[in-house]
Amino acid sequence: MSSTELLGPHAVFIVASYAVTLLVAAGLILWVWLDHRRQVRVLAELEARGVRRRSAEPPPASATPPADPAAPVKETAA
Amino acid sequence: MAWIDLANPTRFLRLVDRALPWLTALTVFAFAYALNGAFGAPDDYQQGATVKIMFIHVPAAWLGMFCWGMMTISALGTLVFRHPLADVAAKAAVPLGAAFTFVCLVTGALWGRPMWGTYWVWDARLTSVLVMFVMYLGLIALWRTVEDPTRAGRAAAILTLVGALNLPIIKFSVDWWNTLHQPASVVRVDGPAIHPSILIPLLAMTLAFTLLFVALHLAAMRNEILRRRVRTLRLLQAQGARGA
Amino acid sequence: MTALRALLVRDLRIALRIGGGAMMGVLFFLTVVTLMPFAIGPDLALLRRIGPAILWIGALLASLLALDRLFAADHDDGSLDLLLMGRAPVELAVAVKGLAHWIATGLPLVVAAPILGLFLNLEPAGLGAVVLTLLVGTPALTFTGLIGAALATALRRGGLLLPVLVLPLTVPVLIFGVAASNAAVVGPVPFGTPFTILCALTLTSLVVGPFAAGATLRHGME
Repeated sequence: MSSTELLGPHAVFIVASYAVTLLVAAGLILWVWLDHRRQVRVLAELEARGVRRRSAEPPPASATPPADPAAPVKETAA
Repeated sequence: MAWIDLANPTRFLRLVDRALPWLTALTVFAFAYALNGAFGAPDDYQQGATVKIMFIHVPAAWLGMFCWGMMTISALGTLVFRHPLADVAAKAAVPLGAAFTFVCLVTGALWGRPMWGTYWVWDARLTSVLVMFVMYLGLIALWRTVEDPTRAGRAAAILTLVGALNLPIIKFSVDWWNTLHQPASVVRVDGPAIHPSILIPLLAMTLAFTLLFVALHLAAMRNEILRRRVRTLRLLQAQGARGA
Repeated sequence: MTALRALLVRDLRIALRIGGGAMMGVLFFLTVVTLMPFAIGPDLALLRRIGPAILWIGALLASLLALDRLFAADHDDGSLDLLLMGRAPVELAVAVKGLAHWIATGLPLVVAAPILGLFLNLEPAGLGAVVLTLLVGTPALTFTGLIGAALATALRRGGLLLPVLVLPLTVPVLIFGVAASNAAVVGPVPFGTPFTILCALTLTSLVVGPFAAGATLRHGME
């Protein structure tokens, strides 16, 4: 059965809405995936260039690190 | 896993890395089941086959509002409890909410064309959802304008709280004003007014959409945490404190 | 020519990154057009009749919105002085900045116009006409606005002058833009007549804008 009998006279609108939903969902998934890959790559580059995060270092004897939103809040004595 | 433990981004990242594959598999399975149910459902006696648009229009609308509700909680988390991941969660959710509200508006218009004869009418429900969509874009613009994530998070949290006033308006718009839009038929005082043969697939689709949203949201939050770490590292590098 | 292309690429990249003004125009356009039916009322027939006018006024205000900041960033960090002293003629440099502003702000308006036309219940013929006139008209808005942008940078409180000075200059573009859109739907006059005049206006502004702005920058800087 062609899609028109299956979906009735307004088949084009039904197909169009499913197409839009699929497009937007695929767009979101792609955006999240590509963004993840890019961030990991940039992090690796920075790591390779020797830029360390303070928490990844042995705790320096100097003053406590300034408040940094990204670094973990309280580095437990792991 | 106390709620506060989630405050530690590293532990949160480990959790996401562990949970995401399972969540993705669950989402795919839920969609398979729901879509099969949706296309098996009978036609509506009035609307004919166009009722199939409901299976994406309603979940998208639900997600648009659910996401703003979730962002409101994160806004409280940022402003009141100073939870470090709250503004990460809010920033990660905004594009998803905007996308699903856009899908809701478009599928609604595509459903309106055959059923009402026009893509758009300035009806209370449609207008309030459009206002929410414009506010979503406003939030995205806000996040893209302020450089410092902490300051942006605070401003966005305040805007989200103000915007939350729009949620009850959307929900009850169909009851307060005589609208062309269908009144509530699922979340009702005396129970859903839809026949189970269409209600079950609708609930399944909504669950599938919600799972998709949660999976995307966790992944987006992971990206956001990594992005902040990159920014911190670059600031450190600029200071030359640790630079090679 | 590569210097000017580098300037173009630089300006586009600045506009598109976080903090740049690229999407602000479209958002303003969307908000203004969405507001109109709240004021005018949900009567679709009325909205359809004044739809082109609403879209054009929204586009006009949106494209002039960020113009007074066009040279301000360069003025603050001194690259404007480099531009003035550079080998490339100031007029061409200003024209390139105008082009970058049009791509970042004007073009998205044209892309958003059809969707907003749906909100105003425009029929396809009217919608196509509005989009076409906007495509041709928005460069005129940007390049006429260059004069105001240069003034805004040259004079101390020039930013306030922009709307007052530039809006009258853009009136002809607005008149023929809306006239062409209405001609496509209702008008006795064929669509072509006002449209060709609009094209002529745009071409004139492509020349007058950069020269006037260049002169203002070269001589008017404090």
